Amino acid sequence: MFVSAQNSAPCFKDFTLVMPAVAVGNVGQLAVDLMVSTLNMSRVGYMHTDCIIPMAGNNPYATCKEDVEELHTPAEVYTAAELKLAVLQIRAPIIQTKSKKFRQLLVSWIKASGFTRTVVLSSSHAYQRDDQQLQGTPLRYVVTPSLLKGSVDALKELGWRELERVAPFPGLTDANTEPRLYIPGGGITKGLYTDSCAEDLPLAVLLLFCSEGDNIPDAFTLVNHLNDWLHLLDTPSQKPNQWKIPTSWSLLFGSGIPPALF
Amino acid sequence: MATFFGEVLSVCSRAVEEDDEDLLEENEEDEQIRRELEEKREVHLHWSPEVSESLKSGSKLQCSDFILAVGHNASRFLSVHVLTSANWDAVGHASVWNERSRAATGQTSEECVFYRQKDNPSVLICQVTCYVAEDQLFQWTEKVFDCLQHRELNVTVLSDSTVAEYKTADYVSCSSAPFLRSLHSGAFTGQPVCKALEQPNIVTGLSAAVLNHCEVHRIAAVVYQCYSDVIGLDSVTMETYKPALTKLGKSIQLDPSPSTDVLRKFVRNTNIQSNLYI
Repeated sequence: MFVSAQNSAPCFKDFTLVMPAVAVGNVGQLAVDLMVSTLNMSRVGYMHTDCIIPMAGNNPYATCKEDVEELHTPAEVYTAAELKLAVLQIRAPIIQTKSKKFRQLLVSWIKASGFTRTVVLSSSHAYQRDDQQLQGTPLRYVVTPSLLKGSVDALKELGWRELERVAPFPGLTDANTEPRLYIPGGGITKGLYTDSCAEDLPLAVLLLFCSEGDNIPDAFTLVNHLNDWLHLLDTPSQKPNQWKIPTSWSLLFGSGIPPALF
Repeated sequence: MATFFGEVLSVCSRAVEEDDEDLLEENEEDEQIRRELEEKREVHLHWSPEVSESLKSGSKLQCSDFILAVGHNASRFLSVHVLTSANWDAVGHASVWNERSRAATGQTSEECVFYRQKDNPSVLICQVTCYVAEDQLFQWTEKVFDCLQHRELNVTVLSDSTVAEYKTADYVSCSSAPFLRSLHSGAFTGQPVCKALEQPNIVTGLSAAVLNHCEVHRIAAVVYQCYSDVIGLDSVTMETYKPALTKLGKSIQLDPSPSTDVLRKFVRNTNIQSNLYI
């Protein structure tokens, strides 16, 4: 359930929604973090639902002492009105038995809010790629027919690679089995895509093959890839890195070490 | 995940579960088992006849202060310093069943109890020492807050945590633990009695569920998280919560120095559990 942070409900008409799928290495979530902190997006509401494991913390994007003490919840919506951009950040895992309910909740919210398109940032297990997926870039996309209608040229221009359908039983040649969409480790990605196809929602999935570990470089790769399409930042390729790492990314590898150790 | 020795560990891989294609194809029997499990995992609140009567008639619990203690140290702190004075009534309890509940024993009633002050019924205390599973946290919070009057409600949560979970750039020396950190909802206007919880530290569990609920519904709430280096009950850790409650001094009486008998009663039972030096 979407709950507005202000007294009036925000208007998402003609906005583009970017949201992560909680997936391998949390790449999508990290990429969304980069967008919120770099574009100084403001929080407009919460996604308050029993489908997500509760967590709370102080401001993950704090820049000065004054804005440190601000409570943040596991799923929040941010906007940058001048860019007509909204993002949904998810900070906690989705309860497995409720993932279907969560997808339905998202789809109905997206429909009701009037977003022009939705982009899901996701990732998939690198080790489960098949032979054709191993070659070239690790970035892939999938779009629903509804989005494809208006974006054929744009996608052609970008020269992106569509996610290859894989054989359900590799090695067996059976004429009756159709290649299928397979996103291992992608969480709700595939379900959300198929739901959106059924509901005729314009939705694109951008994903990256990766493994767990320090996934910060993956997050930059994915967010730069998204930027090639949405042009959120001006030509980031000229400057090496325009994205701002939020304060909450500190101490990724644990606390300081005891000085008595040496 | 169960280990060789049979204890249940939560899996902390960040990789997510496989997509639920199999779930779609499950047969009727699976579905029934799933449904029954879901029903069994439901959180139930049991109020005293007097309270449930008034809830039934549509009037919620008039409550100005709701004090929630999560964990053994926080709960025992309230037992020792607050609930020892005789004027508290147990008005209800919540029963929660999950994978960590002791099978068949109906002891859950002692692990999540609500108390109300006799002469000032607007203060409600809840002690939670049982494990509330991840999928039950939201439900617990919704059900409890559904019974409370939201206007002018102040929520204070005392919550146990281990210092191993605390992240800081400087090394945390053992001498600094236990210490308190606070986190409050946007509607909370007071001054917390300790430092704010620094990023990238987060709060999880019941205290997070309560904070989320209060933030979204604009209820004033503050969580005091105590980071301790002692496993089990410990009087020093319990003392750490003292400043958090002195703020509420006008509504509840804090016994500043409980008799050693009272302390002993609560602290002793932890010693029995260790079989290291029998």
